[in-house]
Amino acid sequence: MESRTLHLSIDYVGSSGIILSPEQKAALQTSLTILQNENKFNRVYFWGKILGVKNDYFVAQGVYRDEFAGRKTFYSTDCMQWGLLPPVTAQMKTNAKLAKGRFTGDPSYEIEHIEVKKTGDGDDATEEEELTTIKEEDRLTAVIAEIDNDVRIVPRGAFVQVPTAEVVKNRSFEGLLVQEAAKLCNYMHFREAQCLNLKSLLQRANLDRAIDFMDSIEDDIPRGSWCIQFERGSGLLTLRSFLWPGYVFFHVPATREYGSVYFGTGEKNLDLPFML
Amino acid sequence: MSYVDADPERKISEQSDKEKEFQKAKSYLLTASTNTGMNLYDHLSRVLGKILDERPDNVIDIFEDISKDEKRTKFTSNYDTIQDKVDRSTEVALAQIQRKLFTKASDDGEEEVARDEEVESPLPNLMELCFFFEQAGIGLNREEIVRIWLSMKALVENHPLQHVRFWGKFFGTEQNYYVAEVEFREGEEEEEEEDEEAEEEKEDETAAKDHETALEEETEEDDTPKPDFKPPPVIAREENKTGANKKTYFVCNDPGKPWIKLPPVQPQQIVVARQIKKYMTGRLDAPVVSYPPFPGNEANYLRTQIARISAGTHISPLGFYQFDEEEEEEEETEARDHIVENIDFESIPPRELADPSLSNWAHHVQHILPQGRCTWWNPIQKNEEELEDEEEEDEREEPDEPEPEVGPPLLTPISEDDGIGSIPAWTAALSSNLIPQYAVAVVHSNLWPGAHAFAFEKKFENIYIGFGHKYRPDNYTPPPPPPIQEEFPSLPEITEADDPTPEEEAALKAAQQEAAEAAEEMEEAEEEEDEDE
Repeated sequence: MESRTLHLSIDYVGSSGIILSPEQKAALQTSLTILQNENKFNRVYFWGKILGVKNDYFVAQGVYRDEFAGRKTFYSTDCMQWGLLPPVTAQMKTNAKLAKGRFTGDPSYEIEHIEVKKTGDGDDATEEEELTTIKEEDRLTAVIAEIDNDVRIVPRGAFVQVPTAEVVKNRSFEGLLVQEAAKLCNYMHFREAQCLNLKSLLQRANLDRAIDFMDSIEDDIPRGSWCIQFERGSGLLTLRSFLWPGYVFFHVPATREYGSVYFGTGEKNLDLPFML
Repeated sequence: MSYVDADPERKISEQSDKEKEFQKAKSYLLTASTNTGMNLYDHLSRVLGKILDERPDNVIDIFEDISKDEKRTKFTSNYDTIQDKVDRSTEVALAQIQRKLFTKASDDGEEEVARDEEVESPLPNLMELCFFFEQAGIGLNREEIVRIWLSMKALVENHPLQHVRFWGKFFGTEQNYYVAEVEFREGEEEEEEEDEEAEEEKEDETAAKDHETALEEETEEDDTPKPDFKPPPVIAREENKTGANKKTYFVCNDPGKPWIKLPPVQPQQIVVARQIKKYMTGRLDAPVVSYPPFPGNEANYLRTQIARISAGTHISPLGFYQFDEEEEEEEETEARDHIVENIDFESIPPRELADPSLSNWAHHVQHILPQGRCTWWNPIQKNEEELEDEEEEDEREEPDEPEPEVGPPLLTPISEDDGIGSIPAWTAALSSNLIPQYAVAVVHSNLWPGAHAFAFEKKFENIYIGFGHKYRPDNYTPPPPPPIQEEFPSLPEITEADDPTPEEEAALKAAQQEAAEAAEEMEEAEEEEDEDE
């Protein structure tokens, strides 16, 4: 959710058990303003919190004019000192998948993973132990990128792709109607389209190229990985992800109010197929 | 020049062609849309007119917006018949339900109010507790808390309650659950309970009778082999007000909707719930589809998870509760399960409570044994009839007396809890590092993510907000199906033997003949002997 309206929008996800203490709110208001100014960002988003055993990581992202490209991620343990995370690499992602268990809260902590590899056949077989050390900061980077890729969503029409291929906020977005808001097809993955080209020509025929340049979450696998709920009757829509428990998206139908935040342990729910 | 003048007719026809093209284009632009009845020609002329009237800066950048605005102004009509219909969206419906919470019960003068104040209400000061949790960044919206508080007030008014607490909130796939933990006043609950239990027993009896008659019929008809499998004895559930059924729980989907009482928990349900991991739907009557099969529906599953979470995460500052001294003298042999508030309790400073050693916090809810009960129950309990049978049957194989299961006693410090691998079971923190002298001590459970506790001076509270799942670092694996039943034991009489070869057959025949001859000889000899006598 946007840093400028954080103190208002955080209330919308309060019913999901996500709240910030007054001290954290005050600190974020101060530090995110400075962060935006120092890095000359167009906009700063409060991304969420990853719960660690000893300490929690607060995460913020800054963007320039194009919301897709040039996104920078920062983390902090006290809401005041923000550290820049490196851009994610494929190596980081594969390594992060080896790390299991909770984050500790110390960015320099190193997790050791031992992979036993077998070489040779029959009697010549020898076991080799391959040691991989994963720095928690790298794991944090990879997990944030994974969450962004897997579950970060926006309402359809909230962003447009302008002819220069930049993705910018749609100034004439007026929110989804209640009927529209209840349908999963009106929410898009906020990432470069991955499944759009797999659709048939017939399905793509009616797409608006300025708006439908992202994947809709309707086709997500497994079905039922999103929980869509109206709160306060139909006054507030909440979408929770079961794939990344802790990811919550809200939208007030027929207004421009929308946003999402992640408050969780930073672990993907791989048990999901058993739990539905 | 001459070239142009040379063919004036062609020029005219060219012009008329262009004219035609223009007419065609214009007529196309004038085609009215089948959806809105507007056409592009008029629209463009209005948009351009508007731009020239207003002359905004950088008009090319906001052209789309002007066009959209222009379309929108066209849409609004002054009179719409549909608007007159009363809109009863779900939002309005819920607001109507919740309006009852905010209206005060019929005012019967001031006397009533004064009397109400005299009687001590069990309703907790939820807003204050919420404030302390908020300092630590835990909890729900304040407005939501007020609604829950009001609906709990309604609960107190409708039931004879001695103690009420807001237990927490569960998220479901369709709806959420708010849970209130209550204790009925002495003797009041039984009346309600007895009716229910009587019905249950009746059902059980009829079911048992049906079963018996079915069995009899079977024996009459044919002697089909009966399995000698005996189901393990059903472990008796704990009585109300003891063990895992110590408290009663009410749930509702939205504050303002009716509170529904959850059934008491059965040990079997706890045993199965430990092996499954399911999301709740938000409907109490929804079936729980799982392996191993869960005995009961979602209401039972919810109640089971509440019991497990309470047993694992309800903690209080050390010394807040103490054992009941009277009871102590009476029964020293059994585990003590009754605690009372310590009147002389002196508050522990938050800094000590937030110490990572965690020795200043204690569990005040009994641990649930692997059996699914808080106090161990011997499954080999025979009623009198069975005892007589046993005597007749004499020495049948007696299963060994099972070892009683024991868990940590009440008021064990949480520093003795088992962690998950390298992760400790609890994380303690102060709510503020900047102003620690006024901070609140908070403890987060790592075993049950979403369970928290705070303590400040003499106040403490536990809350749970989450999906109701225990943390496990490894992925969930459903338990394997039971092993395949043993086949008939392979004894010599049913083992297939090789056919004898002709030689063997001949040898056998020869041997038989020899034996026969020998026997004859013997007989003859005997006869001779007889004759001799």
